[in-house]
Amino acid sequence: GQKKAQIDKTKWRGITVYVDHVDGVIHPVTYELLGKAKELAAKIKQPVYALFIGSSIKHKAEELLHYGADKVYICDKPQLEYFKIEAYTSVFAEFIKKIKPAAILVGATPVGRQLAPRVAARFGTGLTADCTILDIKENTDLVQIRPAFGGNIMAEILTPNTRPQMATVRYKIMDAPKWNDVVTGTIEALPVSDEKLKSRIEVLGVTKKEKEQTIDGADVIVVAGRGVKKKADLKMIEELADLLGGQTASTRPLVEAGWMDPKKQIGLSGRTVRPKLIITCGVSGSVQFVAGMNHADTIFAINSDPKASIFKTANYAVKADLYDVIPKLIEKIKTGGKVL
Amino acid sequence: MKILVCIKQVPGTNKVEVDEKTGVLKRNGADSKMNPYDLYALETGLRLKEKYGGTVSVITMGPPQAKTVLYEAFSMGADDGALITDRKFGGADVLATSRTLSQGIKKFGKFDIILCGLQTTDGDTAQVGPEVAEMLDVPNVCNVQKIERVEKDGIVVDMDMPHDIETVKASFPCLLTVQKDIYQPRLPSYLRKKETMKKDIDIYTFSDMQDQDEMKYGLNGSPTNVQRIFPPVSDKVQEYLEGTSDELAAKIYGTLKQKKFIAG
Ligand SMILES: Cc1cc2nc3c(=O)[nH]c(=O)nc-3n(C[C@H](O)[C@H](O)[C@H](O)COP(=O)(O)OP(=O)(O)OC[C@H]3O[C@@H](n4cnc5c(N)ncnc54)[C@H](O)[C@@H]3O)c2cc1C
Ligand SMILES: Cc1cc2nc3c(=O)[nH]c(=O)nc-3n(C[C@H](O)[C@H](O)[C@H](O)COP(=O)(O)OP(=O)(O)OC[C@H]3O[C@@H](n4cnc5c(N)ncnc54)[C@H](O)[C@@H]3O)c2cc1C
Repeated sequence: GQKKAQIDKTKWRGITVYVDHVDGVIHPVTYELLGKAKELAAKIKQPVYALFIGSSIKHKAEELLHYGADKVYICDKPQLEYFKIEAYTSVFAEFIKKIKPAAILVGATPVGRQLAPRVAARFGTGLTADCTILDIKENTDLVQIRPAFGGNIMAEILTPNTRPQMATVRYKIMDAPKWNDVVTGTIEALPVSDEKLKSRIEVLGVTKKEKEQTIDGADVIVVAGRGVKKKADLKMIEELADLLGGQTASTRPLVEAGWMDPKKQIGLSGRTVRPKLIITCGVSGSVQFVAGMNHADTIFAINSDPKASIFKTANYAVKADLYDVIPKLIEKIKTGGKVL
Repeated sequence: MKILVCIKQVPGTNKVEVDEKTGVLKRNGADSKMNPYDLYALETGLRLKEKYGGTVSVITMGPPQAKTVLYEAFSMGADDGALITDRKFGGADVLATSRTLSQGIKKFGKFDIILCGLQTTDGDTAQVGPEVAEMLDVPNVCNVQKIERVEKDGIVVDMDMPHDIETVKASFPCLLTVQKDIYQPRLPSYLRKKETMKKDIDIYTFSDMQDQDEMKYGLNGSPTNVQRIFPPVSDKVQEYLEGTSDELAAKIYGTLKQKKFIAG
C-alpha cells in the first residue's frame, strides 16, 4: 500500500504530566509520573512539563515544582470547578497546540482514563492504556509496556510516527521523586478563551461515597482464620486492615461461628477475590479457601505451623504466632509511615 | 428515543498463552463470545427502551463472524443491527477502531444515546467509548453506575468517581460507558432467538464510509504498534521468613513499604 510520510520528531519536545486532582488535592499518581517523566526527559535531554487544569488551584502549583517539573502550565478558571470532559479536553488541546510535547503521561484514574482518549482522538494520535513500564529511545519514541487480557499477557507498544505520544499509567507503579527544597522551575498561565469552556454536560450534584465495605473489589485484604482464638481478637485483624486501607475477611469456620458476616468469607463457597495484597492470619490453606484467593498479586501468610499448606501458596511464608507478630507490625506501621 | 449499543466479539477466555518462539498469541480454539461488559450496556439500553419507549440498535466492528454477537443481542431484545467489516479495517488500534465505528454509526442513523461497555476483556483499554464520542462530537460520561432519569433534552446519570458520585446531565445526543452491575443482564430468550435467527442486518464496508481516506483505517490508520507480546514475568518470589517476632514484623513492614502498600 501507500507509505505514510514521516513526521519531524524534533518539532515535538518535552515530557508532560497531566496533574490529576480533586478540588486541588493532587492525586499521588501525579508525583509518580513526575518521577518517571524526569527520568525519561533526562535520557533525551528535554524538559518536564506539568499541565494543571481546574478552579482555585493556583496555590497548589508550587508543589509540582518541588517534585521536579521544569514548567507548570496552569489554567485556573471557575468554569473548570468540576471535571467536565469537553472543557478539560479543550484546555488540553490548547496546551498541546502551544507547547507541542513529545509525550504525555496521564494517571490511569477514572478522570485520566476518560480524558486521555478524548484528547488522543482530537489529535489523531496513539494512546497506550494502563502502562506499567515506560522507557524512551534516543529518537524520543516512548517504549510502553502494558498488561492486557486481564493481566495474562504483556504487550510492548510504540507510537512511532505520531506526536504527541500518549500513555495512561497505573497508580503505585512508578516511584515518586523526593521533595526538593530548591525550585528551579516556573509557573506559567495557559490562556484559554471562555468560548472553549462550554459544555453539554451539567453537574447537578456531588455525593460523597461511603467507604467501600465489600471484599470483592478491595485492593488489600487481611484474613482471619481459626488461628484467631476469640471473637474479640478480630479487633487486631481489623486494626491491621484499617492501617493498610483494606478490608477484613475470613475462612468459613469463623463465618459458621457467627463471628464474621458471610459476605466476608473467601473460598469455594464464599467470594473469589483478587486483591493486590492479602495477608492471611492463622489460616491453614485448605483447597476450598485457596481457590478463592490464589490469584492475589502478593500473598503473606502468617501461621505458627511450618507445615501449613497455605505456605505453598504464599509469596511470603511467615512462620510466627500471629499474637506476637501482628501487634508488633501494627506498632511499626503506626510509628513508621502514613498509609497511601 | 433511539438507542445504540456498541458490542464487540472477544475470545471466549482471556487465559491466552503466548507462543514462546514466535511471540504470537495462541488463540487455540478459544471460541468467541460477546464482550461480557457489553451485556451491561445492552441491558441498560433495553431497560431505557422499556421505560421510555424507542428502539435499541446494536453495532459491531469485526471479521464477518462477529455478526453472531448481533444475533445474540437480538435474542436478548435488540431491534436491529449493523456489522462493520472489511479487510481494510484489520489490525486497527483504538484510534482506527473508533474512527471506523464512528463512521459506521453515522451511516447507521441518528441516535440519542450511544452505550458502550466499560472495557473489553481482550484489548482491555476502555478507550473506545470516549474516542468515538470525540469523533462524533457528542458529550460523553464514563463509569455510569446508575441511570437517574431521562428528560426531554438529555439524560441524568450517576458517574462513579474515586471519592464521590457525580450526578450529571448529558444533553442528547450523548455517549455513556456503563459499569458492570448497573443492571443484571437478562438471559437470551429462546423464542426471540428463533424469531430473529434469520433477521437481516446492515453490513458496511470501506465503500460505505464517509471518509474515504484509506490511510485512516486498519493497520494504516493505527498510530500504535504492538512490537511484541510476552507472558508477564512473575515477580512471585517465595520467601520463607523465620526469626524473632521483632525481626519478622520489621521484615513484613519493610516489604509492604517497598511494595508501596505503606507510604514512607
Ligand atoms: C464443600 C466445601 C466447601 C468449603 N468452602 C469453604 C470456603 O469457601 N472457604 C473456607 O475458608 N473454607 C471452606 N471450606 C472449609 C475448609 O475445608 C476448611 O475447613 C477451612 O478453610 C479451614 O479454615 P481455617 O484455615 O481458618 O482453619 P484451620 O484449618 O483450623 O486452620 C487454622 C490454622 O491456624 C494456625 N494457627 C493456630 N494458632 C495460630 C497462632 N497463634 N498463630 C498463627 N497461626 C496459628 C494453625 O496452624 C492452622 O494452620 C469448605 C469445605 C467444604 C467441604
Ligand atoms: C495485547 C493488546 C494490547 C493493546 N493495547 C492497545 C493500546 O494500548 N492502545 C491502543 O490504541 N490499542 C491497543 N490494542 C488494540 C485494541 O485492543 C483494539 O484496537 C480494539 O479494537 C479496541 O480496543 P479495546 O478492545 O481495548 O476496547 P475498549 O476500549 O476496552 O472497549 C470499550 C467499549 O467500546 C466498544 N467497542 C470496542 N471495540 C468495539 C468493536 N470492535 N465493535 C463495537 N464496539 C466496540 C464496546 O462497547 C466496549 O465495551 C491492543 C491490542 C492487544 C491485543
